[in-house]
Amino acid sequence: MTRKKRRMYVLGLALLGLGTATALTMAAFEDNIVFFYSPSDLAAKPPGDRSVRIGGLVEEGSVEKAAEGLTVRFRVTDLAQSVPVTYTGIVPDLFREGQGVVAEGKLGPDGVFVARELLARHDENYMPPEVADALKRSGEFRPEPPGRSVYETPQPKS
Amino acid sequence: MIPEIGHYALVLALLLATVQATLPMIGAYRRDAAWMNVAEPAAHGQLLMILLAFAALMHAYVVSDFSVLNVVQNSHTDKPLLYKISGVWGNHEGSLLLWVLMLAVFGSGVAALGTNLPATLKARVLAVQGLIGVGFLAFMVATSNPFVRVSPAPLNGQDLNPLLQDPGLAFHPPFLYLGYVGFSMAFSFAAAALIEGRVDPAWARWVRPWTLIAWASLTLGIAMGSWWAYYELGWGGWWFWDPVENASFMPWLAGTALLHSAIVVEKRDALKTWTILLAVVTFALSLMGTFLVRSGILTSVHAFAVDPERGVFILALLVLAIGGGLTLYAVRAPSLKSGGLFAPVSREGALVFNNLLLSTACATVFLGTLYPLFLDAVDGGKVSVGPPFYNSTFVPLMVPLVAAMAVGPMLAWKRTDLAGALGRLWLAAALTLVAVLWSLWAHGFRPVMALVGIAMAAWAFFGALIELAERVRLFRIPLGDSLSRLAGLPRSAWGTALSHAGLGIAIAGMVGTSAWKEEKIQVMTIGTAVEMAGYTFRLDQVEERRIENYVSQFATMTVLQDGEVVATLNPEQRFYPVARQGTTEAAIHTTFVSDLYAVVAEPAPDGSGWTTRLYYHPLVPWIWFGSIVMVVGGLTSLSDRRFRIGVPERRRGAAAAPQPAE
Repeated sequence: MTRKKRRMYVLGLALLGLGTATALTMAAFEDNIVFFYSPSDLAAKPPGDRSVRIGGLVEEGSVEKAAEGLTVRFRVTDLAQSVPVTYTGIVPDLFREGQGVVAEGKLGPDGVFVARELLARHDENYMPPEVADALKRSGEFRPEPPGRSVYETPQPKS
Repeated sequence: MIPEIGHYALVLALLLATVQATLPMIGAYRRDAAWMNVAEPAAHGQLLMILLAFAALMHAYVVSDFSVLNVVQNSHTDKPLLYKISGVWGNHEGSLLLWVLMLAVFGSGVAALGTNLPATLKARVLAVQGLIGVGFLAFMVATSNPFVRVSPAPLNGQDLNPLLQDPGLAFHPPFLYLGYVGFSMAFSFAAAALIEGRVDPAWARWVRPWTLIAWASLTLGIAMGSWWAYYELGWGGWWFWDPVENASFMPWLAGTALLHSAIVVEKRDALKTWTILLAVVTFALSLMGTFLVRSGILTSVHAFAVDPERGVFILALLVLAIGGGLTLYAVRAPSLKSGGLFAPVSREGALVFNNLLLSTACATVFLGTLYPLFLDAVDGGKVSVGPPFYNSTFVPLMVPLVAAMAVGPMLAWKRTDLAGALGRLWLAAALTLVAVLWSLWAHGFRPVMALVGIAMAAWAFFGALIELAERVRLFRIPLGDSLSRLAGLPRSAWGTALSHAGLGIAIAGMVGTSAWKEEKIQVMTIGTAVEMAGYTFRLDQVEERRIENYVSQFATMTVLQDGEVVATLNPEQRFYPVARQGTTEAAIHTTFVSDLYAVVAEPAPDGSGWTTRLYYHPLVPWIWFGSIVMVVGGLTSLSDRRFRIGVPERRRGAAAAPQPAE
């Protein structure tokens, strides 16, 4: 086999590989990209049956647990609009009222967002960029409060 | 005073790095031995200065010197000593200091051990290494000084993020960085070779041990990170295709390809320009990993810095390093002479196939990771790309890769007979069939991908064993002769077999837990029991305990099988009052073929019991066991006497002569 032929062969294989990868990637992008919606977006143009991510703050006073203890209902707000969400399972350690949250799932026909997954695994002074952005777009973004004083006395969880 | 010494040492290191980056490079150009010889003491000096700075920062953490801002933000007097130490690199500034420390260790390593490198090559390698050091040290001194003082000094610190207070995570960053930074050595060697205009088998032997160290460390670092996610995040997931994980996985894929293509350069003097390109790309991906993780543009627990100035600085470094490397490549690569010829079906052919698949897989991960950032940058909306994307792109590419993995080492160099190689693998094929039949019997036909996965795992594992058996002609010559041959095999052959077998074991673990795990979430009252996967889980009690810097809801759960006690599990809910954050500590009982995994969340609203989550994860420990076998394989290969730093000699005038095949 000459050098030229070998080069053609390697090049052919490389193109084949790249072609396959491109085809796979395109097909996968088509089906598997998850779009991000703020509660205002969700009200303006519902995503239908697609799985999407929503993000915002957990509305103060909105979290309620079902009696069996596993299903939690709350509202996600960008301070302009809010959407009711249900989630069955154990909420992340950092899930609490007034904090940023990202939920992945589908909007049901009754307007309740059924979350399959909740993401809130950031430290408490840190807001997920998607949430900060959603708040900015709704015009309600306020810079984070300055960090708590280091002289503060510790308060154990009651 | 000590922090100021640390800061001063850091600035001195920057100056030494500047010297190391310039004088030897000019010296190599002018063939001036005196100028070239500056490289060695400069590299050692730089290491010494950075060690001093690192020791100063560690001292500040260990004695809880709260006049240093970095310590205030990341430490606390109540924190256990281990996490005071790991807190040094559990933040942006400290992790950069660790980064440059590793860089200096590698530079100093080449200076001390590369005694038989040609003088010009050594000078240029160290100069390029110095240049990378200049970039990162300047970044630290300008924007991320870990020794900034705060006045008045507060009485206590804000504590490290509790999620990071974990022994598994304490040592995850150092190994990851050792990997990232280790690939800088491959980059420096590649850049130096491009400047020299010469790549030959000796070059490949010099660069291989450094690549092996980097690869083994990165493998270990990734495995530790995934282990941490598995037990700390509370639901037993071990890989999320999170952008930050991908950032460490891409250099691993490219580095694995580099390890394999360097073999072809070494043995057959072919694929030279490709190998150089891979070396550049691997380090570029390592840098990009650092950039993605540290710039704060990703939503992640790893994002410490959200300071745009820093992001821009790292981006500039990235552009300089990648752009510089690729420009050098474009200008100089055509002048490299290509060497040995080979037929498509040959060991070289198999390694080319490996490289194609690994780089394509790396490209799909790259697209999936960066596409959301790209779309956001052009204001195309916010999207996320999750596991389904990778399952339908990355996984299909791994199937042919693993299929070829068992065959490749059976092939001869230059040209070979595929049928013969496959014929020698009949036993591996039979054993693979047995494994598939077993999983059909144990778990049924669905999901089909699980059967494919088990077949891949078994094929890789048994293929690696058969390859060893073939090498020693097991059962064809007397057993004693086989054993003595086995002892006499080159270490690199052992390394290949171990790493390939390790990957097989790890794949089995990934498939087992992904396809066959069982899960139950419920509210349990004290004394009640839940059945799952043939085990009975009984919640005995939950009590409150106060330990060091946290308060724990400490649960005791007894696991029974057929009335016999198998294990006692103690899942916890912890609350860290200083950081005002809770963590979930899962309890895991491992039987080596499966894990029993229990989490206690919160009390039920009516106070009658506790929400618990129970998992049965079949084969999951094999993921990490397999990874460790892979690391051992890498280290075994490293101990091969041909790669012992200092052994390879460049053959003058005979560089292109065929190397003896094994």
